Amino acid sequence: MNLTLKIWRQKGPQDKGRMVDYKVNDISEHMSFLEMMDVLNEQLVNSGDEPVAFDHDCREGICGMCSLYINGQAHGPDRGITTCQLHMRMFNDGDTITIEPFRAKAFPVIKDLVIDRMSFERIQQAGGYISVNTSGNTQDANNIPISKHAADEAMDAAACIGCGACVATCKNSSAMLFVGAKVSQFALLPQGQIEAAERVLNMVAQMDLEGFGNCTNIGACEIECPKGISLDNIARMNRELMKASLK
Amino acid sequence: MSGFFKSSIGRKVAMALSAFFLMFFLLIHITINLISVFSEDTFNTVSHFMGTNPLIQFGMQPVLIFGVVFHFVLGFVLELKNRKAVGVSYARNNGGANSTWMSRNMVYSGAAILAFIVLHFIDFWIPEINTKYIIGDMSGTMEGVEGFRYYEELKHKFEDPFRVGAYVIAFVFLALHLLHGFTSAFQSMGVTAGRKKGLQNLGKAYSIIIPLGFIFIALYHHFNH
Ligand code: HEM
Ligand code: SF4
Ligand code: FES
Repeated sequence: MNLTLKIWRQKGPQDKGRMVDYKVNDISEHMSFLEMMDVLNEQLVNSGDEPVAFDHDCREGICGMCSLYINGQAHGPDRGITTCQLHMRMFNDGDTITIEPFRAKAFPVIKDLVIDRMSFERIQQAGGYISVNTSGNTQDANNIPISKHAADEAMDAAACIGCGACVATCKNSSAMLFVGAKVSQFALLPQGQIEAAERVLNMVAQMDLEGFGNCTNIGACEIECPKGISLDNIARMNRELMKASLK
Repeated sequence: MSGFFKSSIGRKVAMALSAFFLMFFLLIHITINLISVFSEDTFNTVSHFMGTNPLIQFGMQPVLIFGVVFHFVLGFVLELKNRKAVGVSYARNNGGANSTWMSRNMVYSGAAILAFIVLHFIDFWIPEINTKYIIGDMSGTMEGVEGFRYYEELKHKFEDPFRVGAYVIAFVFLALHLLHGFTSAFQSMGVTAGRKKGLQNLGKAYSIIIPLGFIFIALYHHFNH
């Protein structure tokens, strides 16, 4: 199929940036979206132009690097996927596709479609861990009884790959689905409960410091999340913070 | 604890608490208004009680005014902060793909309600305050009217089709505001509203029945006198 692409080009963090139109021809519907981007970049390199910078790593939906806001949706028009898992069969011959970086003050553009998601790392560093001794005398985790329900919920929360689609899609650029998942995956398990109060206080404080917006329970994040992280995690984080603040 | 209300989540909770208070107040308000449909005398008696009882006038009324002001001021502040958190906006954004119109436009439905509240104050509250506390007439009566004046005044206000129209439109916005707000407030308080069918249905029922009730009362008085 033949496509027109409207792509955000920005030379660097200081550049103002603008949308630029490109044409690509003979795209197979079996290609992934990123392969289509590869075709475009090859075309640009061959004609001596600067290729479009975009993030990717695993190309199988597990690393969370590939971002892209495609036709007004994070990771494009399909559900429960990352951009590398998006197929060109979701589009039609002759389509115009708008491709933008994930937008949020806390995700500044580095170049073209590449954004800086270090704000997520700093939130993780503020409390997204448990302090256990791993120097060889670690206790077998199965020695601690955990209910199936809690284990399942913790596992579901831990599925978050930190891609940032929740922030990108949120009209408030709120990171609460991400932080809710990271708080929950530990809060649900006995190993995480010891540091639960300071964890949620520190992670929420860091989230606010990074300049993410305030959740208004719109729920778009849950729908666009490639890993199906549920809004329940935000409610749990709210409860955890209330509990921690009352202490 | 003071740190809590400075955090993003604390502000959400404050927003939800003020909203719960307002939703509770609406229940009281509609109950009294409904009486006007059934009994002129009872409506007059209840209105006089609400309007002159010191506990309500000097205890509840300031709390209510504070609640309303707190809610809309914090609502506007959060909206501004959130806009700042976004920075550059998308050239193309398909919000409808993953969220409801109501949820994305709380500040506009809220602004419409605020405009209504201003009109409502000019209509009923300011004249009442003027009669009672400026002129100092606490009798609840009016020249040319037998007994209390409240029902007469209500009838008179709802003669004007433009006012009735404005009321109807405002209550449609209230319904839109609540269709998102009701469950949203529970979610902010840490209740997983999205998974509780009963709560969602209760929210829908409240958001539609209460505004519809107010609309019915306004139309009833417009067409019945
Ligand atoms: C005075 C005019 C009003 C304005 C400007 C206003 C504005 C807002 C805004 C911007 C929000 C979204 C904030 C957020 O979700 O964090 C909101 C939430 C809400 N509002 Fe209002 N509002 C007004 C009046 C009312 C009234 C009269 C009621 C009900 C009787 C009400 C009930 C709610 C509820 C239930 C929520 C959801 C709270 C939450 O998500 O935690 N609002 N309002
Ligand atoms: S919660 Fe979902 S959308 Fe948000 S960062 Fe994690 S995986 Fe991505
Ligand atoms: S490149 Fe790893 S998730 Fe898409």
